[in-house]
Amino acid sequence: MIYEVFRQERKGQAFQHAGSIGAPNLEFAEVYAREQYGRRQESTALWLVPRDAIDELDDFVDELGRTYHRVDGYSLKAKLKEARERAAARSG
Amino acid sequence: MSEDEFLEYVQGGGQVETRDWMPDEYRAKLIKFIEMHGNSELMGVLPEREWILRAPTLQRKLALTAKVQDEVGHAQLIYRVVEDLGKPREACLDDLVSGRAKFHNVFHYPTKTWGDVGVIAWLVDAAAIISQKALLKCSYAPYARIMKKICWEESFHILHGRDVVLTLMNGTDEQRELVQEALTRWWGPLMQFHGNPIPREDDPMFVWRIKSQGNEEARQQFLDGYVPQIWELGLEVPDPKLRKRDDGVWEYTEPDWDELRYVVTGHGPRTADRLDLRRRARERSAWVRQVVLAEAA
Ligand SMILES: [Fe+2]
Ligand SMILES: [Fe+2]
Repeated sequence: MIYEVFRQERKGQAFQHAGSIGAPNLEFAEVYAREQYGRRQESTALWLVPRDAIDELDDFVDELGRTYHRVDGYSLKAKLKEARERAAARSG
Repeated sequence: MSEDEFLEYVQGGGQVETRDWMPDEYRAKLIKFIEMHGNSELMGVLPEREWILRAPTLQRKLALTAKVQDEVGHAQLIYRVVEDLGKPREACLDDLVSGRAKFHNVFHYPTKTWGDVGVIAWLVDAAAIISQKALLKCSYAPYARIMKKICWEESFHILHGRDVVLTLMNGTDEQRELVQEALTRWWGPLMQFHGNPIPREDDPMFVWRIKSQGNEEARQQFLDGYVPQIWELGLEVPDPKLRKRDDGVWEYTEPDWDELRYVVTGHGPRTADRLDLRRRARERSAWVRQVVLAEAA
């Protein structure tokens, strides 16, 4: 069995994928994961997930180029410059 | 994606995941390279293992044991990557113990004194970490990712080795002589470690961006980083030609490439003994694997 290991480096942080280990069952996987990813107190917690249990989605295509719901859809520089100039002209 | 497009993709810094399409040639090269790395981690503990029982203090014994555990752990992680590429770990071990597979030149040599332990952990690991740091940019992402953890552990190895060397250098004349004698013996293999200076464009491992630097670049980096550290301790490097030119490039006597080729093809002074030890250990522990796997099934 292959188990994917996720580790949390410090309390409060997100769990991040660390690597995988091969083990005949969960009991062995726990021992191996502890040794491989925690023996220097470099992790506060580990998640072990059988590889088969992971469902991967990787088809995120932006066919329509929809930038209106992202920050890169809004470049304010030129508009801001113009607005400032207008404001200055109004008050000046 | 065609093979040409793939090549362009990785040469432009693109990274590949296990389940992505890849040319067969790329997969084969990856397996060859990564398997050799795994073999080297596993065989690399044997010279150091010889010193666990002979380490001078309890603290040294513990540190050396911890280093050995790290290296075996590296082998485990690396074989896992090879396995996902299609070659099972058992097949890697079969090829290793039968002498069909390669491992790094430095692990084919004997260790003669405690001075070797310091020189190996300091300088052999330093040479290795230069190659491994360059692998952080490997085009095959799962391999690049585990390199982060490996490099993190390697930094302890180098410090530990340097601590052993410094302790000896601050000791008696006899102890200093141990370090000098070990360094003199290890210098040749260390200079051969990064391979012959073929232009990186001719190195298939660079072309596929499995490696991100050429052999000579790695060696120059090693010399630049470590020769000054060796010299400042009053140690002598056994190469009269060794010097840093004004343009920053290190000159040195041409390493013995015939020796390198001869040693890594299975003719090193300790190749047969160490492979034999691996073979016997594997046979002796076979029943454990059988019992565990039967119970887990
Ligand atoms: Fe290692
Ligand atoms: Fe190491």
